[in-house]
Amino acid sequence: MKKVIMGNHALSYGAMLARTQVVAAYPITPQTQVVELLSEMCADGTLKAKFIKVESEHSAMAACIGASLAGARTFTATSSQGLALMHEMLHWASGGRLPVVMGNINRSMAPGWSIWTDQNDSLSERDTGWMQYYCASNQEVLDTTIQAFKVSEALSIPSMVILDAFALSHTYEVVDVPDQAIVDQYLPPFKPVARVTPDEPHAFGGLTGPEHYYELRYKLQKDMEKAPALIEETGRQYEKLFGRYLGLVEDYRCDDAEIILVTSGTAGSTARVAVDQMRKDGLAVGNFRMKVFRPFPFEHCRRILPKAKKIAVVDRNISYGHHGMFAQEVKSALYQHTDDVPVFCAIAGLGGRDITPDTFREVVDYAREHDKPEDDILWIGVKK
Amino acid sequence: MTKPKKMTLTLPVEEYVGSGNLACQGCGANLALRYVLKALGPKTILCIPACCWAVIDGPFPQSCMSVPIFHCAFETAASSATGVKAGLDMIGDQETTVVAWAGDGGTFDIGLQALSGAAERNEDIIYVCYDNEAYMNTGIQRSSATPSGAWTTTTPVKFPKDQPKKDIDAIMAAHRIPYQATASIAYPEDLFKKVKKAKEIKGTRFFHIYASCPTGWKSRPEDAVKLARMVVQNAMFPIYEIEHGEKYTLNIKLKEKKPIDDYLKLQGRFRHLKPEQIKVLQEEVDRNWERLLKKISA
Repeated sequence: MKKVIMGNHALSYGAMLARTQVVAAYPITPQTQVVELLSEMCADGTLKAKFIKVESEHSAMAACIGASLAGARTFTATSSQGLALMHEMLHWASGGRLPVVMGNINRSMAPGWSIWTDQNDSLSERDTGWMQYYCASNQEVLDTTIQAFKVSEALSIPSMVILDAFALSHTYEVVDVPDQAIVDQYLPPFKPVARVTPDEPHAFGGLTGPEHYYELRYKLQKDMEKAPALIEETGRQYEKLFGRYLGLVEDYRCDDAEIILVTSGTAGSTARVAVDQMRKDGLAVGNFRMKVFRPFPFEHCRRILPKAKKIAVVDRNISYGHHGMFAQEVKSALYQHTDDVPVFCAIAGLGGRDITPDTFREVVDYAREHDKPEDDILWIGVKK
Repeated sequence: MTKPKKMTLTLPVEEYVGSGNLACQGCGANLALRYVLKALGPKTILCIPACCWAVIDGPFPQSCMSVPIFHCAFETAASSATGVKAGLDMIGDQETTVVAWAGDGGTFDIGLQALSGAAERNEDIIYVCYDNEAYMNTGIQRSSATPSGAWTTTTPVKFPKDQPKKDIDAIMAAHRIPYQATASIAYPEDLFKKVKKAKEIKGTRFFHIYASCPTGWKSRPEDAVKLARMVVQNAMFPIYEIEHGEKYTLNIKLKEKKPIDDYLKLQGRFRHLKPEQIKVLQEEVDRNWERLLKKISA
């Protein structure tokens, strides 16, 4: 059924259709509508789940972890400061191999207080062992939430479904809300590999010496390495049932592009528009939108990006003292796999500054005028 | 002819805490969990944050326990137990008792927010704080449960702790939870009876168990139970229960309230105290005792 809904509600519907059994959440702007709708669904019985209204995000994730370990399908949503407060527990979820799924609304970190979008909150959690999906439309948010449960539960690794503050979270779009019966076909009930139960008493997460810890982390990485293929496979299964493919990247007009823009999130859909405009102007530009950041789509980067003469990564985030984080990772993925394709590192839209088609035009103009990047970072729209 | 006196074993013989675990000699926390599990039985899940008990059950892949343990983050005993309980409910297990089992640091300090949240929501869990009055697992640093005057590695003899022990029981009473109680490892039958009672109550139940720590208190392991009895007899740690934050009942009545001197003397952590300092401590104990008696008679 088609509905006009906001991005936040797309997350709620995704969690509902996945038949989430336990939700534990704490409010933070701009995430609130996600959990407001879920609490209504729990109250009126649309969703048969326990909603734990915890006193902090830290407790939200702790409760999700406990519920997941007890064998329930578990969901939460947060943003920015809330995600940072959860940091310790993010490690606990992945280290405990618990397939919690969480929506995160990309919001800039304080100070100063900002409720507007950039990606530093979620990218600061890059190394916590969570899969990260960056969405570009409300439809993608809903579909990815359902897929995330399937992938997470198959690999026992948690997932973060990420959307931009306001640009998606509060923007209404037409979304095809799939039939429950078909979602049930796609996503059967959660069958945990192990769970905490008196029927089979074990200690979970106890003191682990150097003779065992290393292997546990090795296994996490090995399973994470299975994720790219599994995301594509479950994306194809999703396409068969619902007509929409859910992959690792979206490459748009990249085949004959001289300059490929690398983007993520809603900046990626703006970039598509910019690419079409520039194509009309005779510029051979493509857009490579990275939907999945963890696991990193190495194969796609190495296959698609070197087709261009130049690559320009536009980051809505920064690793202070280095570059934007997508740029870092794209460069590292291409190293020793391509010869001399210069990678331009642009930063734009921090703290919710608008990213428009002109942003990408400016990046492309710079890349056309330079054989190689002159500055480490190309700052778009900054008042220096 | 007088009849020979016979002792009767009133606690079940079943053990859920195995021998050969990593507890120190004379560990009160070890006894506390043994007694609590005798009352709760095998259908129990423990959520244990960072504390001595995070180590006592043994390193991966071993565990001395015959009930399952979820080792959770330091400040999450209450929130983790809340999650486990919700998860069990959703998969249809209504029978298992979920217990958060934390030390005083994890309860009085870092875990207080999560505990308050769970208590306010009246989550259907039993929260047990075994109180050895300092961060013992990290090497005897002061917590807000450390009594006035005590030495710890962060309250050296020259500057012993000059704040009184936080009144966690009053804090929990302010949450109006259905049931809470203090207990001591020197009174296992009292503890057993109260845990049995609590098991049948729905909602948040809180236990505050005095658990001697010879290692951290610089006392003799063989004095662990003796100290746990003396602290009750001198009213430093009275044994009582509170229903709905209002109805106070004294469980261990004192025939004669003993002075604290003998109790302090048996522990190295109080050895530096001068008579005038002990007098101040005694006055603090007396005041707290009077305050409690008023609540009980109210």
